[in-house]
Amino acid sequence: MPASGAAPAVHFQDAAVRLAHRTIWSDVTLSVEPGEFVAVLGPNGVGKSTLVKAALGLVPLSSGSAAVLGRPPGHAGRDIGYLPQRRSFDPGLRVRGIDVVRLGADGDRWGIALPGATRWSGSRRQERIRVDEVIELVGASAYARRPIGEVSGGEQQRLLIAQALVSRPQLLLLDEPLDSLDLPNQAAVAALVEQICRAEGVTVLIVAHDVNPILPYLDRVVYIARGGAVSGPVAEVITSATLTRLYDTPIEVLHTSDGRLVVVGQPEAPAHHSDRHTGVPRP
Amino acid sequence: MIGTARIMGNFVAATGLGWNIRHDVDQLFALHFMINAYRAGTMVAVLAGAVGWFMVLRQQTFAGHTLALVSFPGAAGAIWLGVSATSGYFTACVAAALVIALVPRPASAQGHSEESAVIGTVQAFALACGVLFVSLYGGFLNSLTGLLFGTFLGISDRQVVTLAVVALVVLAVLGLIGRPLFFATVDGAVAQARGLPVRLLSVVFLVMLGCAAAEVSQITGALLVFALLVMPAASAQYLTARPVVSLCLTIAFAILITWLGLAIAYFSVYPVGFYVTTIGMAILVLTRVGRSATVAWQRRGGDAVIGA
Repeated sequence: MPASGAAPAVHFQDAAVRLAHRTIWSDVTLSVEPGEFVAVLGPNGVGKSTLVKAALGLVPLSSGSAAVLGRPPGHAGRDIGYLPQRRSFDPGLRVRGIDVVRLGADGDRWGIALPGATRWSGSRRQERIRVDEVIELVGASAYARRPIGEVSGGEQQRLLIAQALVSRPQLLLLDEPLDSLDLPNQAAVAALVEQICRAEGVTVLIVAHDVNPILPYLDRVVYIARGGAVSGPVAEVITSATLTRLYDTPIEVLHTSDGRLVVVGQPEAPAHHSDRHTGVPRP
Repeated sequence: MIGTARIMGNFVAATGLGWNIRHDVDQLFALHFMINAYRAGTMVAVLAGAVGWFMVLRQQTFAGHTLALVSFPGAAGAIWLGVSATSGYFTACVAAALVIALVPRPASAQGHSEESAVIGTVQAFALACGVLFVSLYGGFLNSLTGLLFGTFLGISDRQVVTLAVVALVVLAVLGLIGRPLFFATVDGAVAQARGLPVRLLSVVFLVMLGCAAAEVSQITGALLVFALLVMPAASAQYLTARPVVSLCLTIAFAILITWLGLAIAYFSVYPVGFYVTTIGMAILVLTRVGRSATVAWQRRGGDAVIGA
């Protein structure tokens, strides 16, 4: 329990998940405190996305317990903003970015959108203002009115972050938000998420296979490997010894002259082009 | 029914189109069967436009086409059994929709092959059954053309009421689930995480698509339903990416296609399915060309600004 007495944003106690008669992970105990920026790291296929889905209540626990924002998983609804693992929109999808963002605010409301609703309903007006606000926040105003299939991957990712934020969630669950973005976009989106985390007081749980772009912003790291999970401060987990043990492949952590950390896989490791499959952080 | 068609055919051939539009319109609505055709056609157009818009967005045109073809054995079977063709249309289409709904719709593109395989199997089997029913009945060839390519003759008052009731129920359900269905279509994973019953929405939509396909088949014939299910929606989505505007445009196009198609078919001796489909295609081609032209013009305009 933190000093403030607030419940943890995410709490797993001795949790395990079995899917199709295979144990994905077990004995996972971890807590994410409100306002923290936490990364879930680990090789591909160990169940990082499953952890996020378990927190959302989309995957049941086979044993142990979990609480999200003090409630059982699946009961936090609009208080969670969720960015699933890489969705690419069909290039021919004729729906504007702003419509996709707006779905984060009203998509779960039954009925249909009536034109002119903002004229007679104060809450609809508030919603529209909020939609414009988050689009401004993620810097997507210039292309929010273009069909979402026509904008670039980085632009789509910003719009989707706006969609996750529009309902003013207390917790953001981001599954590989930097995947398949180029390097400048990775850095920009990582910085944007950090800025939102601080500015709006949102707890962020971010799944990543490449730790470098988010390393400067992390409060804590959760490592999933070999069926279990370890969590700890960056200084403890992001070390050559720990990473080499967890990934089961030689990994070096370098300190740059300006005090930053860089995680590097061994040059001779045959995993360079297939880092997505072995989970070795990109050099 | 053959008798009616032949008498109507002779009459239709006898009427003439003149320059007096008022007179032409009076002629068009002079006969009760034509008023019924317009009543039925308008309701079917509104339903087909609304459901077709979601179908195109959900990329379920293959399912839509299959459900439409299923209406053929449905109607043929009903005629063979001596029950009303209308009940055959709806029973077959809704049953086929439920079969297709048994296959879980994958969130990603990977599982599409299984879905396509099941839908394709349903389609082939349905056509085979249709042929069987027709031959069991003993070669009712005139009616066969009507089932496949559409007819607007002899829509009874009772059929109009049935079409209206089904259309109103489906539109009411669509009005209720419209936004969550849009959410589940555009962004299924997030919709599910928000607690929306994405799987159930998908099943409900397939049943609605079945109802729409059954209704459209009764006007355009089983083979030409895309004239009202796909063409208006595709044309509208070329013109705009604003959901509400494009949904309204879709319905407007569907009504326009139906009204014009029926009117031309009335003054000519050729089948309504041909005219409806041709007008639909013309709108589609015009909107597509129009969009390309707009994009090219905007690009040139943009270059000019950069150049200046």
